[in-house]
Amino acid sequence: MITRRKLLKTTAAASAVLAAPAIAQGRKIKLGYVSPQTGPLAAFSESDAFNIDLFLGTDIGSEFEVIVKDSQSNPNRAAEVAQELIVDDEVELMLVGSTPETTNPVTTTCELEGVACISTLAPWQPWFIGQQGNPTDPGSWQPFDFSFHYFWGLEDIINVFTAMWGQLDTNQRVGGLFPNDADGNAWGDPTVGLRPGLEAAGYNLLDPGRFQNLTDDFSAQINAFKGDNADIVTGVIIPPDFTTFWNQAKQQGYAPKAVTVAKAILFPPTVEALGEGAHNLSSEVWWTPTHPFSSSVSGQSAAELAEAFSTETNRPWTQPIGFVHSLFEMAADVMGRTASTGDGEAIAEAIAATNLETIIGRVAFDGAGVPPFAAANVTKTLLTGGQWRRREDGSFELVVVENSDAPNIPTGGAFETLT
Amino acid sequence: MIGIDTIIQGVLLGGLYALFASGLSLIFGIMRLVNLAHGDLIVFAGYLILVGVSVFGLNPFLSALIAAPLMFGVGWVLQLAVLNRVLGHNILPPLLVTFGLSVILQNLLLETFSADSQRIPVGVLETASVDIGVTSLGLLPLLTFGSAIAVILILNWIFYRTALGRAFRAVSDDPTTASLMGIKPNRIFALATGLALVIVTIAALYLGMRANFDPTTGPARLLYAFEAVIIGGLGNLWGTLIGGMIIGVSQTVGAALNPEWQILAGHVAFLIVLLIRPRGLMPKQ
Repeated sequence: MITRRKLLKTTAAASAVLAAPAIAQGRKIKLGYVSPQTGPLAAFSESDAFNIDLFLGTDIGSEFEVIVKDSQSNPNRAAEVAQELIVDDEVELMLVGSTPETTNPVTTTCELEGVACISTLAPWQPWFIGQQGNPTDPGSWQPFDFSFHYFWGLEDIINVFTAMWGQLDTNQRVGGLFPNDADGNAWGDPTVGLRPGLEAAGYNLLDPGRFQNLTDDFSAQINAFKGDNADIVTGVIIPPDFTTFWNQAKQQGYAPKAVTVAKAILFPPTVEALGEGAHNLSSEVWWTPTHPFSSSVSGQSAAELAEAFSTETNRPWTQPIGFVHSLFEMAADVMGRTASTGDGEAIAEAIAATNLETIIGRVAFDGAGVPPFAAANVTKTLLTGGQWRRREDGSFELVVVENSDAPNIPTGGAFETLT
Repeated sequence: MIGIDTIIQGVLLGGLYALFASGLSLIFGIMRLVNLAHGDLIVFAGYLILVGVSVFGLNPFLSALIAAPLMFGVGWVLQLAVLNRVLGHNILPPLLVTFGLSVILQNLLLETFSADSQRIPVGVLETASVDIGVTSLGLLPLLTFGSAIAVILILNWIFYRTALGRAFRAVSDDPTTASLMGIKPNRIFALATGLALVIVTIAALYLGMRANFDPTTGPARLLYAFEAVIIGGLGNLWGTLIGGMIIGVSQTVGAALNPEWQILAGHVAFLIVLLIRPRGLMPKQ
């Protein structure tokens, strides 16, 4: 029989037990980490557990505690778990990665709560402009007080793509595949998307219009590209749609000289699913095991990190591995320099003063190459272009073929035309 | 812009939609059950075929041939153990059960096969095409369309030429009277669901060879199937094929005008048909 008195006693005891760890702790620095571990964006987070274990196992990492939350690839969920990390877990520094759907809600929450936040793995325009009250009015854009982001931007994509195509002899006519989603609308935008940059570089972009994701038929686009005699296809498109498009293009006799798309062919499983047809497809490359950098926490080179991942998980390396690792390098460096680990403003100051050689290259918020409005919060990382080459055994290898923006990253060959 | 090519591609696309829809149409026609897990069952069958192809190294068509009886078994058990218990005058309980089944299937597939997007490899057939002068047509879409017609011919033969078909029609019209004549409706329902899942396997084979799938792609496939069934007239299989073709052609014509209208055009065609013929083009008498 539960009496009122008994209930009060037991609940009081239970709450005392629950409260106890919070008092006992306080020695380790608490990091919050949000990423899409499940859902359609899960491939970005494949290396999370590996990288966090690796970090916690190093000397400096032993002074940290990492609380990991899953955004489930859902922006609402991302904001919710960020709130939990700040209010319930009282994290001192927030780390967030992988696509605007996760980075933006988490950054916005941190900004509101006054918690320092380091973000990566999303082009900087959707991150910075996407969080502004009025994304269409540059005059109203405000810098952030607590949030910092390192990655590349659309201008780098334009440089890399046009430099790759420049290696071929083409008619400079480009067909664009831009779906009706956040990325497609940003890339396809006639004033701030790919069009002005491509036109400045002498390329003519044919954009048949936005289409819905998970479309079963691309005849309209294929006919339009054929009619325009486009030698090149570009775009930002989800993997299932790219497969449909590419097979239909081949069935209907459309054979462009170069196909350079973002998003669809980032990860080896989707490329392998395309089979022979994926040979010499090209994409942007932000990190590879051949990047000549090493980790500031574990001392491993890029190649050693990728190797360790493949040995432990039995999976091929993917580009996010280096960036997820670098987030924890940033955390270790920033928390080592900050004047006070419990003070969001002091930590934000330390982030702004970062000048660190990481596994993805140097990260320093010096505003180099970033427009003034975003210079305080954004720094750019290196971007190169790569092609998937099919090996004899049917597996694929991503080869860097264009490095004019990042000459210290070795190329593995020249850009080849699709055969 | 809207050439013969656009129309032909739309008709071929309609074949794929008709394949998605035939199983749904069959189940609805016989037991008035709207199977919301239909799309997820297609994806499930896709993974079953993929296991045969990637683990045992079988040809996709052979793998589908092995998966088909397995799926028949799944349908049989599903109907006897679960769906028969909720069938009745109220259409809500079976709807809710299949909705739950859809969620369970998605998560089961996610746990087993991860979120990686997959595809059934078929080598040269993927990109093979035949030149018919005005345009070149993919062999795979042609095969898909042919299979859709074959499936409907065979189903019609079963329906109107066999004892099983007579039993199907009898329980569909009036289960009580049918059972007075010695037919066990529950058994017939189980056979029908089994048969529907064999068609699901065929749909899965062509979907898997055409595009990538992952555990969450099922519901998107359900919508077109649903529209095709309704346009064609509930439970009429030729109507389902025509419904699929109407949606396919509307989508390709819409896309040729502007890709933004591709999906919308299919839905608009669906609404127009409903406005003119609320019971579908070829309603069951």
